Amino acid sequence: MATILFSKSHEWVSTDGNAAKIGISDYAQNELGDIVYVGLPEVGAAIRKGDVLCDVESVKAVSEIYAPVSGKIVAVNTELEEVPELINTDAMGAWICEVELDGAPEDLMTEEAYKEFIKG
Amino acid sequence: MANYLSMTRAEQEAMLAAVGAKNVTELYRDVPSALLAKPLNIPSGVSQQETAERMEAMAKRNTVFDVVLRGAGSYRRYIPSVVGALSKRSEFLTAYTPYQAEMSQGILQSIFEYQTMIARLTGTDVANASVYSGASAAAEGVLMTADRNRNVVIVATAIRPDVKEVLRTYTEGRGVTLKFLPLKDGRCDSDALREAADKTTAAIYAEQPDFYGMIEDLAAIGAIAKEVGAKFVVGLDPAMGAILKAPGACGADIVVGEAQTLGLPTAFGGLQLGFMACKQKEMRKLPGRIVGETVDAEGNRAYVLTLQAREQHIRRDKASSNICSNQAHCALTAAIYMAAMGPQGMREVATASASLAHYFARLLTDIPGISMAYGGEFLQEFVTVANGKSEAVLKALAKEGILGGLPLDGDRILWCCTETVRKEDLDRAAAIIRRAVCD
Amino acid sequence: MRLIFEQSVPGKRAATVRIPEVEAYCVPQEAARDGLDLPEVAEVDLVRHYTALSKRAFGVDDGCYPLGSCTMKYNPKLHEEIAEYPGFTKLHPLQPVETAQGALEAMETLCGLLAEITGMDAVTLQPAAGAHGEYTALKMIRAYHMGRNDAKRNKIIVPDSAHGTNPASATMAGFEVVNVPSDAEKGVDLDALRAVVGEDTAALMLTNPTTLGLFEKNIAEIADIVHGAGGVLYYDGANLNAVMGVVRPGDMGFDVVHLNLHKTFSTPHGGGGPGSGPVGCKAFLADFLPSPAVAKQGEGYVFVTPERTIGKVTGWYGNFSVYLKALAYIITLGKEGIRSAAETAVLNANYLKSLIEDDYPTERGRYCMHEFVVSLEKLKAETGVTAMDVAKAMIDKGIHPPTMYFPLIVHEALMFEPTETESKETLDRVAAVLKEIYRTAYSDPAALHQAPMHAAIRRPDEVRAARSPVLTAKN
Repeated sequence: MATILFSKSHEWVSTDGNAAKIGISDYAQNELGDIVYVGLPEVGAAIRKGDVLCDVESVKAVSEIYAPVSGKIVAVNTELEEVPELINTDAMGAWICEVELDGAPEDLMTEEAYKEFIKG
Repeated sequence: MANYLSMTRAEQEAMLAAVGAKNVTELYRDVPSALLAKPLNIPSGVSQQETAERMEAMAKRNTVFDVVLRGAGSYRRYIPSVVGALSKRSEFLTAYTPYQAEMSQGILQSIFEYQTMIARLTGTDVANASVYSGASAAAEGVLMTADRNRNVVIVATAIRPDVKEVLRTYTEGRGVTLKFLPLKDGRCDSDALREAADKTTAAIYAEQPDFYGMIEDLAAIGAIAKEVGAKFVVGLDPAMGAILKAPGACGADIVVGEAQTLGLPTAFGGLQLGFMACKQKEMRKLPGRIVGETVDAEGNRAYVLTLQAREQHIRRDKASSNICSNQAHCALTAAIYMAAMGPQGMREVATASASLAHYFARLLTDIPGISMAYGGEFLQEFVTVANGKSEAVLKALAKEGILGGLPLDGDRILWCCTETVRKEDLDRAAAIIRRAVCD
Repeated sequence: MRLIFEQSVPGKRAATVRIPEVEAYCVPQEAARDGLDLPEVAEVDLVRHYTALSKRAFGVDDGCYPLGSCTMKYNPKLHEEIAEYPGFTKLHPLQPVETAQGALEAMETLCGLLAEITGMDAVTLQPAAGAHGEYTALKMIRAYHMGRNDAKRNKIIVPDSAHGTNPASATMAGFEVVNVPSDAEKGVDLDALRAVVGEDTAALMLTNPTTLGLFEKNIAEIADIVHGAGGVLYYDGANLNAVMGVVRPGDMGFDVVHLNLHKTFSTPHGGGGPGSGPVGCKAFLADFLPSPAVAKQGEGYVFVTPERTIGKVTGWYGNFSVYLKALAYIITLGKEGIRSAAETAVLNANYLKSLIEDDYPTERGRYCMHEFVVSLEKLKAETGVTAMDVAKAMIDKGIHPPTMYFPLIVHEALMFEPTETESKETLDRVAAVLKEIYRTAYSDPAALHQAPMHAAIRRPDEVRAARSPVLTAKN
C-alpha cells in the first residue's frame, strides 16, 4: 500500500516499501503556471534530501525541484520530455523520478498536514 | 554644436515647473555634492558638419588597398547593393531586441529565416540568433559540451589565432583543459587524435577549411569523436560551406563560425557575426536568443523569442551564457545576402574564389624559390614558403596598392583570393612578387 | 506573411557575380556538397519581402520607445554615414598598423574620451556588448586577485535588483554569486552588505542610478565597505545616461566600469545588436586589459599587449563600426552636450512620472533619475488588469511598451525610460494614452486583456512555442 507524503518545498513522495516516486504538488504546479520543460535528473545518480533534484521551466521562469528524500535514482519519467504539461494536468500522477530509498523518509507531512501548511 | 534634443527653453521651464524643481540641478539632489563632477575635460561640442569632416579625415588616414589577397578570417567580398539597401531600413536598424512580439514580427521573422538558412547551410537542426563573433561562437560551442566527467577539449586542426586566444580566455577558470594537437603536413593528424581522445574528452574542435585553407576530413574526425563519446564541434567558413559537404552530415553535433563573409564588409574586423547551430539533442544547451514559430490568439502564424528559460534574464547565475545583446543586424544582413545570392550565387562565389586561388598558387609556384607549404586540397586560401622573403614580397605588393597575404613567419605566407580579385590583378601581383624574390 | 522560403522558385536569383576567366575549380567528390537549400528569388521579390518585414517592425524612428534600462534614444543619421566611409569599411583587420593609423587614432581618441567621462585611467573597446564587458571586467578582477596570490576571492556580490547579466557574467568568469538585498530606500542594505563582504569577496557589481532609477545615496559608504574588505567596486554602466557629465563613476569610488555604447552613446540597437561594451578601469587594473590595446607612440599609434592581459575576448578589436558612431556622437556633443543629454533625460523622466504617478504608483517624494518604475499591484488587485495588459494596450496606440516585470523586486512592474531625445509633446501624448488605459482598466478590463488589436499579430502563444519548439522553417 503506497503512502503519500509532502515536503515543505512542495514535492510529493509516494513510497511503497523501499521504492519511492517523486513529483510536485498540485499547489506547486499552479504557482509555476504552464510548464514547458522538465529537465529530468540522471538515472543512477545518488540524491540527498534537500539537494536540487532537477528543474522545471515555465515560459518566463525556471524553478528548482528539491529532493524530498535520500536515495538512488532508478528511473525517470521520460514521458515528461515530450509532454511536460502532464504536471499541470495531473500533478499527483506525473511522477518525475523513482528512487531507491536510503532509509525511511523523514520530516515530511501527511496530505492533511500539507493542506494546512499551504493555507498558513 | 548639435545635441539631438527636441526641446525649447520655454518647454523646459514648463516641465521643470510641472515637476516642482527650480532648475535641472535640483533633480540631482540625491547625489552627494562632494561627488559632483567638475566640467568634463573634453573638448566642447562641434557642428555635425565639423564632426563629419573630422571623421572623414581619420578615414582618409587609412590605406584602402585596391586588391586584397589577405583573408585569415576576414574576407573582402562583393556585396550586392540590394543587401545594404534593405538592411539599412531604419525600422530594422533602430529597433530594440524583439521582446514585444506583436510589434516586432518583422525582426522575429527575419531571425527565424536566418536561423533556418544557417541550419540548412551547416546541416544541423537548429541555430541561434547570433553571438558576437566566430571566435566567441567557438568558445561558447565547446563550453556547451563540458561537464564534470568530460572536461578536455581537443583542438584537432590548425585554427585561427583569434579563435585560439578566445578559447583560452573562455575556458580559463571553468575547469576545462584545452589540448592543441600537433599537425601532420598542416592538417589534422588522425593517429594523434585517436591517441589523445578518451572518455574525458568533452569535445573535438576542428575548423573547415582549416586556418591554412585546406579541406579537412571531417567525417574521419567525427568518427573518432563518436568512438569516445565526445561531441564534435566544427568551426565552418560559411562561404566555403556552400560547396563543401555540410558538417552536420559529417557527424558534427555543433557547428559554429564567423559569417562576416556573408555580405558584411571587413571594416577593420568591426562587423563580425558569430553563428551557432546544433543537432536537436543539443538544443537546450545552445546559448543566446532563439526565435520560434507559434500561433497568435486568432490562430495565425506568429514568431516569438522562445526557450527563454535558458537565458540570463531568467536563469541568472545558472544561465548557460551571459549573452544578451548579440549581432542581430549583422545576422539580418547575412540572411539578405544569402537570399540575394541563392544557392547558385553562393556556389559561384565559393567556386570563383577557389578557382582564382588555384590559379594564383600556380603562378606563385612557377616563381623560383616559392613552393607550397602543404600538400592538402585547398579552396580560397593557401600557404606558400619562400625562404626569408616574406617581408620583401609584401612590401613590394603594398607599394603597388596590393595587400599581400598574411605573413605567418619569415618564410610562410597565407594567401587568399576572393571573387573581388580579377585574373589580371593576380597576373600583376605575381609579376611584382617574381621581381621581389628574384632581385 | 509568407516566409522567404515559401516564395522560392527554382531558377530565380537576385545577385550575380563575375565568373573569372581561369580554370574552374571543382571540390573532390568525397568532400563536395550535395545540395544547398537556400531561397531562390528575384531581386524585386527580395526587396518586397524585406520591405514588408520592415513594416512589421518598430524602431526609434517609428515612435516613442520608453523602454526602461535600454536607453532607446534617437540614433543620428550622420553616424551611419560615417561608419560607411570606405576608409573604414574597406580596412582589413590584419593590414599593417602603419596603413590603419586613422582607425587607431579613432580608437585611441574614443578611449581617452570615455576614460574622462567615467573617471577611469584606461579603456578597452574590445567587448562587443554590455554583458561581454561585464565578463571582460570580471576576468580582469579575477586575474588581479590571482596575481596578488589572493585566490580565495571567488565571490561576486550583486544586489537583488541587478540585471540578470550580472550574476550570469560572474558565473562565466568563474565566480560564485552572492545576493545582497535592498533596503527600505531601495538602495543596497548596508548592514546586509557588511555581513556578506569578507576575505572571499572579489567584487561588488552595482549600477548607479539603480535599476529602480534612483541614485544610490550611500555610494561612498558602499565603496568604503567593499574596499575595506579588499574587494573591487564594479560599475554596471547600463544607467550612465542619467549622470554622464554630472557625476563620474571613478569619483564615486568605482574601480572598473563597463559602458553600453548602444544605449548611452546613441548607436542603434539593430534589433538586438551589434552593441559595444567598452571597459574602463583604474590604473591598478590596466595591466590586465584585453589584448591588443591601442597606444600613442610619438606622432603615431600602435597596438600593444598589456603586461598581464587576460587575453582576447572576441575576434579582432570588437565592434569597430559601432564604436565609430559613439565617437562621432561624443565629438558632436562635447562636454556641454554630454551633460545636457543626461540632464534632459532626467528631466524627461521626472516630467513623465509627474504626469502619470497619480494612476501609476511609484516612489514618491524623490526625484527619479533617467527612468522610473511603477507598480500595478493595486490596479491588478482591483481590476485584474496586469502590467502586461497595459503594455500591450500601448502597442495599439503606437507607443513601444516600457520594460515589463523588471526589476524583480517590484511586483507588476513597468519601467519607463523616455530618454532625452523625446519632446514634451510626445511625453504629453504618452501620459494621455496611459491615463486613458487606466480609465479603461476600470470601465472595460476585458478590452485590455485582448490588446493589442491593431498590431501585426494578436498575442502569441508563448507556451506552445516553448513546449514544442519550431525553430526553423519546414523544408
